Amino acid sequence: MKCARPKLKGWKEIPEGGTIVEPGSSIQFDVSAWRVSRPVIDQAKCTKCGLCWIYCPDSAIEFKDGKYEPNMLYCKGCGICQKACAPKAIIMFKEGKK
Amino acid sequence: MSTTRRSMSGNYAIAYAVKMADVDVIAAYPITPQTTIVEKLSEYVANGELDADYINVESEHSAMSACVGASLTGARVFTATSSQGLAFMHEVLFMASALRTPMVMANVNRALSAPLNIWNDHSDAMAERDSGWIQLWASSAQDALDLTIMAFKIGESERLPVMVNLDGFILSHTYEPIDLPNAEEVRKYIPSRPLTNRLSPKTAFSIGVVGPPEYYYEMKYQAVDAIEKSRSKIKDVYAEYEKIFGRGYRDVESYGIEDAEIALVTMGAMTGSARIVSEEMRAAGVKAGVISIRTFRPFPSEELLDLASGLKGIGIMDRATTPGGPSNPLFTDIASCLYGSSRVPLQGFVAGLGGRDITLDDFRMMFRETDRASKEGRGRSPIYVGLRE
Ligand code: SF4
Ligand code: SF4
Repeated sequence: MKCARPKLKGWKEIPEGGTIVEPGSSIQFDVSAWRVSRPVIDQAKCTKCGLCWIYCPDSAIEFKDGKYEPNMLYCKGCGICQKACAPKAIIMFKEGKK
Repeated sequence: MSTTRRSMSGNYAIAYAVKMADVDVIAAYPITPQTTIVEKLSEYVANGELDADYINVESEHSAMSACVGASLTGARVFTATSSQGLAFMHEVLFMASALRTPMVMANVNRALSAPLNIWNDHSDAMAERDSGWIQLWASSAQDALDLTIMAFKIGESERLPVMVNLDGFILSHTYEPIDLPNAEEVRKYIPSRPLTNRLSPKTAFSIGVVGPPEYYYEMKYQAVDAIEKSRSKIKDVYAEYEKIFGRGYRDVESYGIEDAEIALVTMGAMTGSARIVSEEMRAAGVKAGVISIRTFRPFPSEELLDLASGLKGIGIMDRATTPGGPSNPLFTDIASCLYGSSRVPLQGFVAGLGGRDITLDDFRMMFRETDRASKEGRGRSPIYVGLRE
């Protein structure tokens, strides 16, 4: 999945003292480089139970157009979603491999 | 401008200044020789002379942490400490500067253990010179009072913490005649803290967040930039204070420097003795002057370069040591600020550790050694004044 990497702020743009003045700013934080494996959902097997959405500790699973999909900007590849998925619709692939 | 003259110790002068500054929060833990500052303040709070929250804590680490928290709410904050207490605050000091939480702390200079010693030297403040705090140094109890008042003005406008240093016992417990400024005029001078970034339920924000490698560097640089920028504000505050209250301060104070050939650089209370001996040297035909560092952080490099340009020899007195270092703290700073611009010979001295008196004879020797360095065109390795073998 293609991710738009947010531009990193310069020292003049960061609020004084590193203060975070607006809530929800973690959305600007790209953690995709932390990941060594990525979840891939087999939509044919997915029952839309939403457990992966509930269990993902990074709220990386998004529900869009009737489908659950991990947002690869925020997925750290922990594999919890795979464990939570009863129909085994999620497979973890090593990053860098097809 | 009306003043009252009163006899006061350096510590009481600071407590009085803090009362006039009408602080909102004091969080402190007692430690010799600072204790009488916060003792006096707790008395002011208890008898209703000062409307402030006095937070009793179980350690200096908590005192500094409470001060950071209080400062974030927009309060005017004060604390005081010495030696081990300052060392115990160490990690929080860096947070106070990087989180841009203004506060004023009196640091009554005392030697660091071991051996346990409650007397004066500058090792406590020197160990915190990289913490991002502004450091002002008093050489009299009057300085301590004036600098404390100005420290609120400087720190709150630059949103940086300010440490006012005064020599333990020599200044903290010695009574001197002090001109007390009019309390109302002080209040007018520092009415209340300018509010920015105030933490309250209405203006919620997160502070003290993680700065990953992508951001730590930029955030740290903000603190570097802030103390650099404070230079001009400090100068303005010194000038404005002189206009209103009649006593002038400079980043670097100098005595008899105009036509001097050699000078001794001092910090704090020892400046007085150095001045006396410099006059004696002059009477004996040696053109000697004294340079005293008032603003130690940000370091007054330009001013020192200016002064050095007319000199043939500079003696630098450290009341602290840097074991294993290239030299001692003040010497290292001055040498690095002169590097590349001035070839004036420097002679380093270490004196007065752990409360050892620095006698007038010691000063005579230091002026003579500085004179020798100027004639030989180079200084020797640091001289440990009065050390027994
Ligand atoms: S691998 Fe972990 S982080 Fe990624 S979507 Fe699954 S649960 Fe979330
Ligand atoms: S847990 Fe599995 S089945 Fe349930 S929504 Fe997620 S991918 Fe689909």
